[in-house]
Amino acid sequence: MEKPDSVLLLVREQIERNLKQYMMVLILGGIWLIFTILTGGLFFTARNYTNLLQQTAYTAIAAMGVVLVIVAGHIDLSIGSVVGLAGAVAAYLQVYHGMPTFIAILAALLVGALIGAWQGYWISYRNIPAFIVTLAGMTLFRGILIYITQGQTISPIWDSFSAIGQGYLPKINNACRIHDSTLYLTVVVVFLYNILQVSFYLRKQRNLLITLPGALQFIKQLLVSIAIIFFSGFLILYRGIPYSIILVFFVALLYSFIATKTPFGRYVYAIGGNREAARYSGINIRKVNFSIFVSMGILASLSGVVFTARLSSAAASTGQGFELDVIASAIIGGANPLGGEGTIIGALLGALIMSSINNGMSLMNMSADIQMICKGLVLLIAVWFDLSTKNRK
Amino acid sequence: MQEQQTKIVLELQDITKRFPGVLALDNVSFKLRAGEIHALVGENGAGKSTLMKVLSGIYPKGSYSGTILLHGTPVEFSDIKESEQHGIAVIYQELALVPYLTVRQNLFLGNERRKGLRINDIEEYKLAQKVLERVGINVSPDAHVIDLGIGQQQLIEIAKALLKQAKILILDEPTAALNEQESENLLEIIRELSKEGVSLVFISHKLEEVLSIADSITILRDGRSIVSTVDDDKTVNLWSEKNIIKYMVGRPMEQRFPREPHNRGDHILSLRNWTLYHSERKDRTIINNLSLDVFTGEVLGIAGLMGSGRTELATSIFGTYNGIVTGEIEIDGHSSGPLTTEACIAKGIVYLTEDRKNLGLVLNMSVQENSTLAVLGRLTRHGLVVDSFEEKKAARKYCEELTIKTPSLEQRAMNLSGGNQQKLVLAKWIMVEPRVLILDEPTRGIDVGAKFEIYKIINRLIERGMAVIMISSELPEILGMSDRIIVFHEGQIRADLRHEEADPEKVMFYATGGIENGKA
Repeated sequence: MEKPDSVLLLVREQIERNLKQYMMVLILGGIWLIFTILTGGLFFTARNYTNLLQQTAYTAIAAMGVVLVIVAGHIDLSIGSVVGLAGAVAAYLQVYHGMPTFIAILAALLVGALIGAWQGYWISYRNIPAFIVTLAGMTLFRGILIYITQGQTISPIWDSFSAIGQGYLPKINNACRIHDSTLYLTVVVVFLYNILQVSFYLRKQRNLLITLPGALQFIKQLLVSIAIIFFSGFLILYRGIPYSIILVFFVALLYSFIATKTPFGRYVYAIGGNREAARYSGINIRKVNFSIFVSMGILASLSGVVFTARLSSAAASTGQGFELDVIASAIIGGANPLGGEGTIIGALLGALIMSSINNGMSLMNMSADIQMICKGLVLLIAVWFDLSTKNRK
Repeated sequence: MQEQQTKIVLELQDITKRFPGVLALDNVSFKLRAGEIHALVGENGAGKSTLMKVLSGIYPKGSYSGTILLHGTPVEFSDIKESEQHGIAVIYQELALVPYLTVRQNLFLGNERRKGLRINDIEEYKLAQKVLERVGINVSPDAHVIDLGIGQQQLIEIAKALLKQAKILILDEPTAALNEQESENLLEIIRELSKEGVSLVFISHKLEEVLSIADSITILRDGRSIVSTVDDDKTVNLWSEKNIIKYMVGRPMEQRFPREPHNRGDHILSLRNWTLYHSERKDRTIINNLSLDVFTGEVLGIAGLMGSGRTELATSIFGTYNGIVTGEIEIDGHSSGPLTTEACIAKGIVYLTEDRKNLGLVLNMSVQENSTLAVLGRLTRHGLVVDSFEEKKAARKYCEELTIKTPSLEQRAMNLSGGNQQKLVLAKWIMVEPRVLILDEPTRGIDVGAKFEIYKIINRLIERGMAVIMISSELPEILGMSDRIIVFHEGQIRADLRHEEADPEKVMFYATGGIENGKA
């Protein structure tokens, strides 16, 4: 009797909850369209598209880390310095001590985790605001970075290292005109997505939970499948999927999972939404905050590894001002600067928007100063737009 | 005769306000006479606050339909500033003072007296002293608001409104957070103001107060104006608690407290040498060497004035007190030092705070997420992944058991009414399957119907063998529900009474520091 009503409610809630993401996809489409026109089609080519994704990778990885930081009501200003330092550590070990790529990267991630633990300790166990701790960290880690590099550019790193930032998944059959392995990967992903959706749908029905009507569920799956195929279509026609994008994909899966399916993820949102209520619910706030910063440190250093791999070198200035791009990605992606709200997928889209703007402006040969002015304004307008749509509700 | 002469200063005609999916106000009418105290009564969610928000411009013109007549002329406000310029001021339940500013700075916030570019301090001091005298509080204009009690803050809000030349003053649950003495004080000030010609709208759940102070009563139910003494004084008699309740809930309410005989069970929790130190002044104690025994199967009421240390006792047991705690806590015969919140929950001691919005709920999270927040670790597969089906099942089960009214489990907690929010916090704790449930002001600011339901829930929990400790400032509630009553005064237990031997006078006697044999 109540059924049509509650189904309607479910549809409305799903749309409302994901409204931001739909809007962002539209905005991204708009940005792409504008740049395509402004660059006479140069922007929207398979080559530039691949390029764009590779530029997005390191921003996206760090942005997914900072989403949790922001959702919990903190901020991290040291990201740029950590990115630089982690990359330099990996490059240093490889160039000066001949460490294999795997070991060098592991060491960089370890450094990231230690930095995260350091900052997390001061924030959670010494009650110093993250703003101050990471502001200090920004200078502190930059200083260590300059000490390590001695102002020199550290290069060259091995091919196996730079492949992470520049390489592509190899073809299976080199004679094939399109990129076969990427095609197969796409098919597998689409297949897996649909299988998972259907099995979840059936489990919901078996548990007598309200589900979308079959037709709507089908349309939803169809649209997402088309999006995945569209996303990888250009890659299939060009050089295939870059390793860095595969990495982003796995980090995104892992972090979406952490954010939405684990108690830890729920606690992050609870702490950001109402710290006291979380405390009164028996949540160990210190432990959660500490873990958030360890995770941030690891992702920032992973981002540094990808960044270094892409440039094939590390330098004292690497990552300077990078925190702007990362934080802006998360915020544009719908993270509430006051905490409590934000999504991993949003941060991904936000990073894609940020690097689309970077990439498009570079294609138009705009100078660095103009680019910075535009990026600053974009961040401001994005937040203003977000707030004004919220208020209208 | 006289009544007809009394002028209507404010009239709301056919106000309708719609939220997505909800009709919050449905053709509501309301008349306010000059210089009267007009009680606006209704259950939570009846539309009182919404109506006042329309009146004060928080819901700006265009967002509602209907007419507001001020002295007979239609007016429309687009924000609070405009309604204030017309002499209408609202004092909300949640006080809007800036804690780190002084009384004077707060009084003139946004309304500073200027002398050229700078603030005219002398004039502000003069006006501040005058207005503080008028509302009858004895604080320095330089005192910091953070150091004042909640009752004093309430009066400062009123003073602030008077400084803006408010002629119509709306008080939303002004006594909800006050103790009896402070409430009495405030009501006296309200009477004074009305004599001086200020018209007051008084929103309250405390019907005794309403009956003692109001000149008129209007009752709202489900977004409609049901009855008002302004129109129907001849035909309807609203001047009794029973009749008011009848119109509020739309059905007669026979008894306010569902008292049931309970059987005291085993000794479950005790405190020995329990001492709390002040969080800032470490040499001061809030509670000194207290001993307490709690038994299953009984409601232990803790009475006492605000600031007597009742809430501090609860938070210290629960591991959320902000200062040093020493002493021993014994649960099931196992004795230890003070516990952390996590350990408490693991041992089955839970605490429903007095402040559900700030301490109880994550308002922007869904009903489901709030309900499972304390037990999420138990609703996982392999201790790692939240089992969303189990979670939904648990949330649904307890929401149904506690009859929480929500369109869906995905609804954000902020959209629920006060009573349903309180039940949601209760659901969170019952899900833990606790053995000792500490309730701090469990029915503050919620309507009669929801109160009654919460009392019934308490009885059910007692039947299941739980121990319930209920802290409350409402004497009738303490007397109506407790099997045993402890009276607090200045961090000490002054009396331990069985419910048969307790009466209001006795409890107040001990709560105000009285000592037996009149030796005080």
